[in-house]
Amino acid sequence: MASTRGATVEFRDVSKRYPGQLAVDQLSFKVPAGRICILVGPSGSGKTTSLKMVNRLIEPSSGSIFIDGQDVLHKEPTALRRGIGYVIQQVGLFPHQTIAENVATVPRLLGWPGARIATRTEELLALVGLEPTRFARRYPAQLSGGERQRVGVARALAAEPPVMLMDEPFGAVDPIVRDRLQNEFLRIQRDQGTTVLFVTHDIDEAIKLGDRVAVMRGGKLVQYAPPGELLAHPVNAFVAEFVGSDRGLKRLGLLTVGGVDLDTTVARSTVSANAPILSPASTLRDALVRMLATEAQVGLVLDGQRYLGVLTLSKIGKMIRGDA
Amino acid sequence: MTEGEPLIRWDWIASHLDEFAFRLGEHVELTVIAVGVGFVIAFALSLLILRAPRTEGPITWVTGTLYTIPSLALFALLIPYTGLTIVTAEIGLVGYTLLILVRNIVRGIRGVPAEVREAALGMGYAPGDLLWRIEVPLALAVIIAGVRIATISTIGLVTVTALIGQGGFGQLILSGLQRFFSTELIAGAVLSVALAICADALLVAVQQRLTPWTRAA
Repeated sequence: MASTRGATVEFRDVSKRYPGQLAVDQLSFKVPAGRICILVGPSGSGKTTSLKMVNRLIEPSSGSIFIDGQDVLHKEPTALRRGIGYVIQQVGLFPHQTIAENVATVPRLLGWPGARIATRTEELLALVGLEPTRFARRYPAQLSGGERQRVGVARALAAEPPVMLMDEPFGAVDPIVRDRLQNEFLRIQRDQGTTVLFVTHDIDEAIKLGDRVAVMRGGKLVQYAPPGELLAHPVNAFVAEFVGSDRGLKRLGLLTVGGVDLDTTVARSTVSANAPILSPASTLRDALVRMLATEAQVGLVLDGQRYLGVLTLSKIGKMIRGDA
Repeated sequence: MTEGEPLIRWDWIASHLDEFAFRLGEHVELTVIAVGVGFVIAFALSLLILRAPRTEGPITWVTGTLYTIPSLALFALLIPYTGLTIVTAEIGLVGYTLLILVRNIVRGIRGVPAEVREAALGMGYAPGDLLWRIEVPLALAVIIAGVRIATISTIGLVTVTALIGQGGFGQLILSGLQRFFSTELIAGAVLSVALAICADALLVAVQQRLTPWTRAA
């Protein structure tokens, strides 16, 4: 499959005023091409409004939004939208069209030839894990919530848009399905290289999926940072509280044993026999759990048979504090 | 009715099949024109209401008022202007369809889920495409339900237009009444009812054909 190249997205001093209310206040940030930027915040923080200004479902009161350096306000709205993937929580599949017809929406609007549409539709259904022969001719009402959401993602990706907007796309499915959809989404996004702006109110989802996380409150951008940075160094009490008092633990879930400096001065033979054996690929969070469970103060890190060193609790403590 | 005469004279019926066919043609023509013209007007009024919601009150008032005028009275009032013509009949018949058709078209389109509309706009549907490709197809079940009611009530009203010289099967009823001839009277009534039932069944079939997704769940 042709891999698309993501576009950069930049907000520059974007505000949205409604009578008696400032929904978005002087928002400025940049999303690098091919990355996932999560807009997160409590309800009323302006995250959805910000998202919808990118495809001009909402027009900014002032400021500009650029996709690959081009001001979206200078483009014709329907043409602009056909070049941007759009996924919403309620999915919004067209009930009167089959799954294949739904997926083919944007290619059809763009006037692709029928044969190309058919090939692309099949490719996309397979990509999101829906067997084309089973699903193509069904109607949305015949699908489960999780299946519908996959169709929504396939539909948004159909014309290989360089940018995709997703508004709480996994908010309406149960936790197990959500976890699976998140993992598949990450795989597909890495594969396609699409730049994604993703709105959620769930900080765990933001940390799991985001390359960058934009924390919003009252229409303002409070902090814009990679998840690890956000957890290690929240800029103020609001962000600290929003990411949760267990942010240290969450941060450990993002780091791997192989990614920290191990203590190599300890000879393998001197390590306590009940110390857990850790692989470099496991997260520090898993490592910590195993180290505590065995009462050993250290973990023995082996890459296959090769001894790499020991991981200590004090090292993990440093990682939690973010000063390592 | 004459003494000793049977309620239904089958021999008379057998010898008047040609007239039944002719009256059927008249009845269908009056109905199709009324519902067809009524639908076009109602659709335009509905679009006006959807674009400019403040027009809903006045339009509902006018179509509602038309609906409450007794049919015979309405035809009588029109005769000085348009005479005993098909125009007189159709003005009345069309007027009676509007309230139901406008109500169902507006309700059908407003019933399209907001997220479907948002997804369509977000993916780059132009407003005209949104109406014809998304909103109208999804409103079709409710719209056709309105057409069914309008059609059945029009078929009933057409029998009244016999009084102004139009009227399909109504002519049989009228003539049967004037001549105290029960066979003709009953034939006219039964055929009107049969036509209404057949028209309704036909529209149900059309609706099912046009909205296959409603049976898919």
